[in-house]
Amino acid sequence: MKDVFIYDAVRTPRGKGRKDGALHEVSALNLATTVLNEIKNRNELDGHAVEDVILGNVTQVGEQGACLARTAVLASDLDEAIPGLAINRFCASGLEAVNLASNQVAGGAGSGYIAGGVESMSRVPMMSDGGAVGVDPSFTFDNYFVPQGIGADIIATEYGFTRDMADEMAVESQRRAKAAWDDNRFEKSVVPVRDVNGLTILDHDEYMRPTTDMQSLGALKPSFKEQGEVMPGFDAIALMKYPHLERINHIHHAGNSSGIVDGAAAVLLGDKEFGERWGLTPRARIKATAKIGTDPTIMLTGPVPVTQKILRDTGMEISDIDLFEVNEAFASVVMRFEQAFNVDHDRVNVNGGSIAMGHPLGATGAMILGTLLDEMERSDRETGLATLCIGSGMGAATIIERV
Amino acid sequence: MTDFTMTTDADGIAVITWDCADKSMNVLNWDALRTLDGFIDTVIGDEAVKGAIITSGKKDFAAGMDLNVLADLRNASGDNPAQGMFDGVMQMHHILRKIERAGMDAKTNKGGKPIVSVLPGTALGIGLEIPLATHRIFAANNPKAKIGLPEIMVGIFPGAGGTTRLVRKLGAMAASPYLLEGKTLAPAKAKGAGIIDVVSDDPMSEAREFILNAKDADIVKPWDQKGYKMPGGTPYTPSGFMTFVGASAMVNGKTKGAFPAAKALLSAVYEGALVPFDTALKIEARWFTNIMMNPSSSAMIRSLFINKGALEKGAVRPAGIQDQSVKKVGVLGAGMMGAGIALVSAQAGIDVVLIDQSQENADRGKAYSASYMDKGIKRGKATEEKKQALLDRITATTDYAALADADLIIEAVFEDPKIKAEVTAAVEAVIPKDCIFASNTSTLPITDLAKASARADQFIGIHFFSPVEKMFLVEIIRGQETGDRAVAKALDYVRQIRKTPIVVNDARFFYANRCIIPYINEGIRMVAEGVSPALIDNAARMLGFPVGPLQLVDETSIDLGAKIARATKAAMGNAYPDGAVDEVIFWMEGQGRMGRKAKAGFFAYDEAGKRQGYWDGLADQYPRAAKQPSLVDVQHRLMFVQALEAVRALEEGVLMDIREGDVGAILGWGFAPATGGPLSWLDILGSAYAAERCDQLVEAFGDRFTCPDLLRDMAAKGQSFYDRFSADAKAA
Repeated sequence: MKDVFIYDAVRTPRGKGRKDGALHEVSALNLATTVLNEIKNRNELDGHAVEDVILGNVTQVGEQGACLARTAVLASDLDEAIPGLAINRFCASGLEAVNLASNQVAGGAGSGYIAGGVESMSRVPMMSDGGAVGVDPSFTFDNYFVPQGIGADIIATEYGFTRDMADEMAVESQRRAKAAWDDNRFEKSVVPVRDVNGLTILDHDEYMRPTTDMQSLGALKPSFKEQGEVMPGFDAIALMKYPHLERINHIHHAGNSSGIVDGAAAVLLGDKEFGERWGLTPRARIKATAKIGTDPTIMLTGPVPVTQKILRDTGMEISDIDLFEVNEAFASVVMRFEQAFNVDHDRVNVNGGSIAMGHPLGATGAMILGTLLDEMERSDRETGLATLCIGSGMGAATIIERV
Repeated sequence: MTDFTMTTDADGIAVITWDCADKSMNVLNWDALRTLDGFIDTVIGDEAVKGAIITSGKKDFAAGMDLNVLADLRNASGDNPAQGMFDGVMQMHHILRKIERAGMDAKTNKGGKPIVSVLPGTALGIGLEIPLATHRIFAANNPKAKIGLPEIMVGIFPGAGGTTRLVRKLGAMAASPYLLEGKTLAPAKAKGAGIIDVVSDDPMSEAREFILNAKDADIVKPWDQKGYKMPGGTPYTPSGFMTFVGASAMVNGKTKGAFPAAKALLSAVYEGALVPFDTALKIEARWFTNIMMNPSSSAMIRSLFINKGALEKGAVRPAGIQDQSVKKVGVLGAGMMGAGIALVSAQAGIDVVLIDQSQENADRGKAYSASYMDKGIKRGKATEEKKQALLDRITATTDYAALADADLIIEAVFEDPKIKAEVTAAVEAVIPKDCIFASNTSTLPITDLAKASARADQFIGIHFFSPVEKMFLVEIIRGQETGDRAVAKALDYVRQIRKTPIVVNDARFFYANRCIIPYINEGIRMVAEGVSPALIDNAARMLGFPVGPLQLVDETSIDLGAKIARATKAAMGNAYPDGAVDEVIFWMEGQGRMGRKAKAGFFAYDEAGKRQGYWDGLADQYPRAAKQPSLVDVQHRLMFVQALEAVRALEEGVLMDIREGDVGAILGWGFAPATGGPLSWLDILGSAYAAERCDQLVEAFGDRFTCPDLLRDMAAKGQSFYDRFSADAKAA
């Protein structure tokens, strides 16, 4: 198997995923094209330099339908000879795109790839692609389907996380994100989104609320209590799967869950020859990738078993990892990860996470991998692990090390 | 004489009349359906016929399907019963669809003949599914009639197009109370809900008028028209998506996965909504076949429909005894039970003398009926006149002389043999010689109480469950001396008050409590072992029990449990097996945690008595085990401990009929309904596996799970209860 290196990573800023968000006027295609062109142009690649473009994208309907990755390739400065593949592993799609490309390269199927993801949540609403998973009784009954917010609250209940603990994590995420922006820690990766005339539409993460404190969070109502306890009553289903629990503790709300945002990200990766051919310096080696399926009801515990798996595969220990990016889909997901591995929060999401900056579903995996790499370089750490929880009970992880 | 007959009048209107010979209610069987099919062919084919009315020769339209027909379909096709069932159901669809299309052109929807239904009264199950296939449903303005699809109540769902048609007519959301809860409506409300079309004092005339004036467009069903959209939307439309997500979740959460019919129904609705009408019918047939092949549905139909009905009609009534209907009942003791018994008796039109030691108590007992009727008036289910008529039937008094012309006495005084004996003697001094005397005791042996009676052959147990007006079961206990006329009297009385009787022989705790007490005790044992209380109660709820054992003990109160435990221990001596349970009960009693009435029990309660959650102190006294048992282990402990008690009751002759064991368990204490009852549940498990599982449970948890000889013998012979005891259960 060949070694695979990351040569570059870029992302757009994240716009609020609402009608008044800055990127609401920007198409998903435009977001994707922005990061593809940035990768091509700033690395001075030819249009035919890569084997394929793999983009994660969760809600593949409307403007995000019909293989957006291929449409983006054609709309970008890349040649039509580069095909384009849209994949969906829900919230880890962006990381899965990188992992898939990495393993293609390692196996010899091409020398270089662009992998990443895109999601315009303001324009293509989450869940607007339907899906049997929550609807088809043949599935939902036997698999105890509940929405992910309920799953996050099951984690809190099962593992003993309180609302205060979750809120503290949220306040810290906001504080870290603000500090990171103030310190220009994202400047290597963030590429502004511009209009047809080259005018800047957005050049910073606009979802952040740096003034967040325990008091302001305390005023927020739990987001999933109503659907859990009253209509349609998902808690009853959660308790069928976790019958030793008396009730579900609904600790999550808009302030300690990830934000709904728009954005895109792309990573340039390839073998050693690819770097030599295009005169690029490798920034990190992709040491290992892993994915796993877990209980779909609690749904979001995947980062723990997938990390156990990737450590087992590589013969590493948790202490061998210097820095972690664990997607802040919900506070309880990160708290469970830290609890399971006894990892200090000082090593996890050190520049803030999706609670502060938002979680553009299909893009986030590639974004946090870039954030991890930037920080490893900045703080001179050797090894990092990025992991995300995934809808329907899955987990994905990637370990990178600097070269 | 066939069930359907047809005559065509001068206007060319064919009237197809349904009138089953020898039955008070029409039920559909296969021959009748073929006859109907032939008439429909005639209606469509005969140019002289303009249209047809399907109606009934009885005061009601139809009660539903003859469920034996479905069993025949399954059995008729040898080694492939599913195919037989599916083919049979598809034939039914074919016939109803023929009515619905009525000869019209497939493309233009033109040239069909109007076929309507006229419902003089009740129309349930297939009795509504046939009308739903017709072009208009006209119902007589009969407020007593019930219209609906109650199939779900016996563990199946409407499988002759009723599911598909109602959902397409009303939308999934609006149809759900009728399909998922089996809700039935009087005609006026059924029209309001959009289930039927016209309510009239003269539905036949209106039906004729419709037929004579109907245009092509009037008889095309919405779902056969171009551009049809399901009301509320199909699953993958913006409006329908949340409905279907919500429906899936609500039904799953409410049924706790314990009712396979609900899931099958919902699957038929969901999958059917995504395809054209005829394909949807095929899907409905597949799920209907699936549920009919599920042993749970057969067991539920057997217990909750066939055998429950048989018991209500007197299946175990002693032969050769004339009608013993009660005209005047004397109720002794106006406490909660006495007041409830007075209420249900008066509701049945029986005169009641309600006696207590003080006039004040007697009046308070009668006031219970008044407040019950007031609630009914508030909800529009009763009137001031009805309330007054009911109250006029109840005489509240302290004077035993008022019992002089009573023909049944029901004693509901304190559970104290001495008091009961005094009351018995005092009352027998004034009542007629042939009056039957019943005790509502739940714990004291009838044979012992009968010793206080000068007429032990007329002394019997009639055990009501609480609250009397809500619980469906009445347990009749035959003491050693009890004569057949007393049993007949009790059965006729239970029929009058429209409850379901079982008759058992006298033994400690009779049948129901004999099984309920071990259920509660097993839950309490697990608390002592450190099992999460939530796991204990949730495990029970996921089997379909309305409440788990710990919640149940809070409702019935800890001190009652402690009292029973002490009495049982005194009676059994060294053989008493429940020391581990008592430790918890007596400790709880010592802590003053008497249950809901004390606002403190296994649960904590708020000031208003609302349950808050399991009491923290429980975990301090009985720390949670680090490793919790599996759900299945908890469920098997709760189930076997009851089911084995039912087997022992059968072995000992307390239960005389397995049907009563099953029906009594479901109606009496909410035993997992989808199993069809404890004995049906053991049959579903298979006697060999059940016996083997007993051995494992003995090994793990103790001798109370010892396999009864009867079950062991059945395991050796490969028998089921319903094989072995089929002579006792002809209807099964």
